[in-house]
Amino acid sequence: MYSFSYHRPASVAEAADLIANAADGKLVAGGQTLLPTMKHRLASPSDVIDLGAIAELGGIVVNGNIVTIGAMTPHAEVAASGEVQEAIPALAALAGNIGDPAVRNRGTIGGSIANNDPAADYPAAVIALGATVRTNRREIAGEDFFTGMFETALEEDEIIVAVDFPRPEAAAYMKFENPASRYAIVGVFIARTAVGARAAITGATDCAHRAHQLEEALANDFSPAALDDFQAPVDRMNADIHASAEYRAHLVRVMAQRAVAACA
Amino acid sequence: MKIDLTVNGQAASGEVEARTLLVDFLREQLRLTGTHVGCDTSQCGACVVMVDGKSVKSCTMLAAMADGCDLTTIEGLANGAELHPMQQAFMDNHGLQCGFCTPGMVMSGLDIVNRHGRELDAATVRRELNGNICRCTGYQNIVKSIREGARAMGD
Repeated sequence: MYSFSYHRPASVAEAADLIANAADGKLVAGGQTLLPTMKHRLASPSDVIDLGAIAELGGIVVNGNIVTIGAMTPHAEVAASGEVQEAIPALAALAGNIGDPAVRNRGTIGGSIANNDPAADYPAAVIALGATVRTNRREIAGEDFFTGMFETALEEDEIIVAVDFPRPEAAAYMKFENPASRYAIVGVFIARTAVGARAAITGATDCAHRAHQLEEALANDFSPAALDDFQAPVDRMNADIHASAEYRAHLVRVMAQRAVAACA
Repeated sequence: MKIDLTVNGQAASGEVEARTLLVDFLREQLRLTGTHVGCDTSQCGACVVMVDGKSVKSCTMLAAMADGCDLTTIEGLANGAELHPMQQAFMDNHGLQCGFCTPGMVMSGLDIVNRHGRELDAATVRRELNGNICRCTGYQNIVKSIREGARAMGD
């Protein structure tokens, strides 16, 4: 990788100053995507600002019906958290199935959603659960956060502080994973909430998104059978060596039905 | 930049570039060449070391990020000539052929014990080893070694 200046601020304010003053700065959380990208010289920031020493960005807090996960909380910690397992077991299970154990010890929720890989797992949970992304400047609704392939609503130099997840009545995430990368070829997150069914899809298209059609199909009958005739739009699906568009469309229905079944 | 850390119970320090990977610092500067680089793309797990008690892929962490941390590498396991029970189990069960992936397998095996205890079923070991790749063995004896090593760690 190309050389850069390394910074390790102790507070969000200090990190914000550093990134604002860098020529072409990058924030690094766990580095499980950024460092490989830099090794391939697909990214060559002038400055890397490591958020790893900022205590205020870590930790899990459950307050009433809101589960707050600090941006720098590694996947392994979310997966192992008794509080998350109790409040939103689907979220703990999702975190526990990202990558592999060593990756989960470094990779973080903030890094995952800021990167917004089209096949990442966390975006589906953030959207379907109606989470709120809190930054050092504002709050962003989960479904408005992911705007395109590797694109988010984050402004230049904006820093994610935490994600607030409301507790659903029931929820489940099902992914058909690439066995080598463990990324989702298709992943569907379904949540049954007080205001109805919510659904989000990842891996299938260029960006994780809310699945209104799935929600409508489940509105009056929250059962796998309600999706028997569901057809995801083939023309919107990704197609690559791992799966054709038709296969991904098929997987959307199957994963959605499995997720609904798991909510029972 | 200068980093100070603890490696296998001993204080270590070094002058590194910001872009120096942790695995390169361990191998090139500390000459701890037991930690291997297999793929360099965080897939294979040959470079797994413990950082503050947690398994990480040292090819996907900057040395600078380990400043102040407590590391254990494969070299830190044996007690003189006496192998760690997990290492001994690999030896006893023919848990390796070429041996290139073995340091990472042993470190990941210890991480599995840390999280799942010493009574491990084969399915758990196989699932938890999905970040470690071996191109020789077919995994059968690796799984056997980790299960046996785990049990032996209590003796």
